Amino acid sequence: MRISKAWIVAAKDIRVFLRKRYTIYSLVVFPIIIGIGLPFALNFVISRQGALLSTQHLTDLMNAFAFFFAIGASVIPTLLASYSLVGEKVENSLEPLLAAPITDSELFLGKGIGAFIPSIGSLYIGSIIFMALSDLFTHSTLGYYYFPNWTIGILLLILMPFISVLSVEWSVIVSARATDPRAAQLQGVLITIPLFFIYVATEVGAIKLNTSTIWIISGAAFIADIILFFLSTRTFQREEILTKWT
Amino acid sequence: MINIENLTKKFGEINAVEGLTFSVEEGEVFGFLGPNGAGKTTTIRMLCCLISKSAGEATIGAYHVGKETDSLLIRKMIGLVPDNVGLYEDLTAFENLDFYGKLYECPEGPRRENIERFLKMLDLWDRKDARAGSFSKGMKQKLALARALVHEPKILFMDEPTANLDPESAKTVRDFILELKKQGRTIFLNTHNLDEAQRVCDRIGIIKTKLLTIGTPEQLRGSLSKPKTEIRLAQVTETMLSTLRRLIPNKIEVSDNKLLIDVTDPDKENPVIIAAITSTGGQVREVTQIVPSLEDVYLQIVKETK
Repeated sequence: MRISKAWIVAAKDIRVFLRKRYTIYSLVVFPIIIGIGLPFALNFVISRQGALLSTQHLTDLMNAFAFFFAIGASVIPTLLASYSLVGEKVENSLEPLLAAPITDSELFLGKGIGAFIPSIGSLYIGSIIFMALSDLFTHSTLGYYYFPNWTIGILLLILMPFISVLSVEWSVIVSARATDPRAAQLQGVLITIPLFFIYVATEVGAIKLNTSTIWIISGAAFIADIILFFLSTRTFQREEILTKWT
Repeated sequence: MINIENLTKKFGEINAVEGLTFSVEEGEVFGFLGPNGAGKTTTIRMLCCLISKSAGEATIGAYHVGKETDSLLIRKMIGLVPDNVGLYEDLTAFENLDFYGKLYECPEGPRRENIERFLKMLDLWDRKDARAGSFSKGMKQKLALARALVHEPKILFMDEPTANLDPESAKTVRDFILELKKQGRTIFLNTHNLDEAQRVCDRIGIIKTKLLTIGTPEQLRGSLSKPKTEIRLAQVTETMLSTLRRLIPNKIEVSDNKLLIDVTDPDKENPVIIAAITSTGGQVREVTQIVPSLEDVYLQIVKETK
């Protein structure tokens, strides 16, 4: 496996993403909503509840909001990967691409990196804004800067990449059957459902989002990564792509 | 350069290609003719290592089609122009070619030189920074041709490169193929266009799942139908016909004031026929030698297999 070949494909995909209005929206809108919208929501809660809001409740809320970046990591790569894979189908560009001297695994890796890097990059930028604004709004209440901490560190550096990889692998599987990027994306975002369940569970108090919980979720995501890796690489076979995808 | 022996491809129970055996020499332009669904694209896909073969052998240069370790080496030495151009519409013409040049491991200097050379040859250099999506169908086809050549492949596979093009664009593409032929490039050309095949191909194979016939355009034209001599007369008379039938055993068809006579050697037989006609008082207005076209040959062969 030559990483340089995968990088050529990834760089091309990133260039294409940055020229499509739809993919630019996908990369910008979600991180902005979480990065800016949620800290303002925190600020609103603080201003409404004032002294009634306990420190514990506030930090729990901040952790729960931070979890939206994990959800984002399941949405944005799916949108990009589906667009990239089904887009190749729609533009009929698969045949010349597959005729080039590149192995299936290099192509698979390239497509993955192409969807992974811009997604994770935009989410990291969003998370920096989120942490800065959250600290700004909560410092007077907490008396210290809550972010960065271990919980969000593990969430951003371990869980988010695992979930991004998972969503790319899932996209490969659903893209094999889809003939339209939107249809692939609709099926692709189904991957977010378990994460929404986790979020809801934290909101109703069934789960407490702390470092240990994030580690456990990361472990589960890693196992799912491995399972989906085998399934998606089985789908991503040259002949399969050419005769069944197109 | 390309050797194929008993090459077969099955999709389930259906034979898409069955027992193909032929070879293509270095520097040859080989035309593959056949109706839709005859297996032309499947053959190209097998030779380009895009799909596996079900049986038989094929080699490209010294490499074996279907052998995992040889597949990358084969892909490196070939260029493919698929039936759908498949360009990245959001990338510019230059970026499209640069991407493929990199994939084919073409070093930066030669890559840029080749991009410039081929875009200039195909009259696209002025539009190198325009998005491929803004190109006309003909321009896209030319760009797809340049893309297949950017790494200087030894063999070029083309799948109906002039299909759906207007006559002017089709001519540009055809002239470009002729230019490549002059440069000694080996070309495997799938086409529906008989006129195109006749003009550019050194040899032609006619396929309908199986290879039906193969030869130079001249050999194919001569292989099936005999040439005919058409003679337009002032009047066809019974005396004239009986004299001709006594003189030559060939088939004679009469239509209005025309005679259509099968001949084997027109140079020898035509003067005898004309002399016989004039000896019976016939007045010859026009003599035309009819040589069967490639279209006649193609239609006859394909019809015979039905």
